[in-house]
Amino acid sequence: MAKEFHNLQELRHNASLVTKVFVQRDYTEGTVCRFQAKFPSELDNRIERTLLEETVKTLNSYYVEAEKIGGQSYLEGCLACATAYIVFLCMETRYEKVLKKISGYIHEQNEKIYAPRGLLLTDPVERGMRVLEISVFEDRGSGSSSPSSSMSSAGSSAR
Amino acid sequence: MSAVMITRKVRKWEKLPGKNTFCCDGRVMMARQKGVFYLTLFLIVGTCSLFFAFECPYLAVHLSPSVPVFAIVLFFFVIAMLLRTSFSDPGVLPRALPEEATFIEMEIEAANGNVPAGQRPPPRIRNVQINNQIVKLKYCYTCKIFRPPRASHCSICDNCVDRFDHHCPWVGNCVGKRNYRYFYMFTLSLSLLTIYIFTFDIVHVVMRSVDKGFLNTLKETPGTYPFRLWPQKQLLCG
Repeated sequence: MAKEFHNLQELRHNASLVTKVFVQRDYTEGTVCRFQAKFPSELDNRIERTLLEETVKTLNSYYVEAEKIGGQSYLEGCLACATAYIVFLCMETRYEKVLKKISGYIHEQNEKIYAPRGLLLTDPVERGMRVLEISVFEDRGSGSSSPSSSMSSAGSSAR
Repeated sequence: MSAVMITRKVRKWEKLPGKNTFCCDGRVMMARQKGVFYLTLFLIVGTCSLFFAFECPYLAVHLSPSVPVFAIVLFFFVIAMLLRTSFSDPGVLPRALPEEATFIEMEIEAANGNVPAGQRPPPRIRNVQINNQIVKLKYCYTCKIFRPPRASHCSICDNCVDRFDHHCPWVGNCVGKRNYRYFYMFTLSLSLLTIYIFTFDIVHVVMRSVDKGFLNTLKETPGTYPFRLWPQKQLLCG
């Protein structure tokens, strides 16, 4: 049984990488950015299925929101074209805003759910939106004497 | 007592294995050969400045001042689009890190099974279903990934580019997903600019001929000669 990690910092300093699991893209509904909700078998004894599926579902919904073509994106495009795209020096596009939200969400998920279980999610943007990379860590030695943070209660109560 | 060293963080563009050149701290990303891009810039700026120098004073006075104003606006738009296309990332896909490359290799070997010695292994293809159609994803040996649909590898820049259209030497960069709209606006606005300048060239020559006769006009307007060649150049680019 893998030893529990209490926060992200402890994970980074004390753990060694065992393997990486990759969640592939789901193309069944077209080329829209979507990840497969299929649970990888390597993580069977590491994390509950529902937690990972929930994360992937939320990520998929964020990507749908980012790529949505509606009134706001149309106006943004027209304004940008009219100003020869100089307005992008001052303003962030809707897509970039949602990507920032996704990055924050993944960090929060890592802190709350994945780091206590010795896992780490990598933002798909870093891998060119091809895969959702999940790094699996194992405790390097028994000398991890960092004080447990308050977040550990959330992770340990789930077990 | 050990000295505290502040290590400089290595930026992603510094580690990119492709054949791109970067400027301005990674804000500018271009292909290695930039000669034709400088030629494009020279042609556009050169011919437009001839128009502004020789034709515009006459047209502003005898026709309307809005003629050169609109030409200037269009000219800046064309240059902005050209620079935006040339300097932006076309949508380069990051290469697979070693762990991912190994994972994919293992997957391929599992799919192919045991290949008898002496026989060539089957091509590396992954079938995915997109909207009830089977699409084959090809494996890229350089980037060690299965290319997403509509991605392709540019041999000049040595990168896999998402929704790869072509590598444009005139622009000095690949044209892909992330800079397609700038490239399209560039070609569109450049065509408009060409037609605009060509039209007003003719208007200018006609107006002068009415005053002074055709042969005298040709002697007085050396600036119009380059424009005879311009439409051919536009056809090349489009």
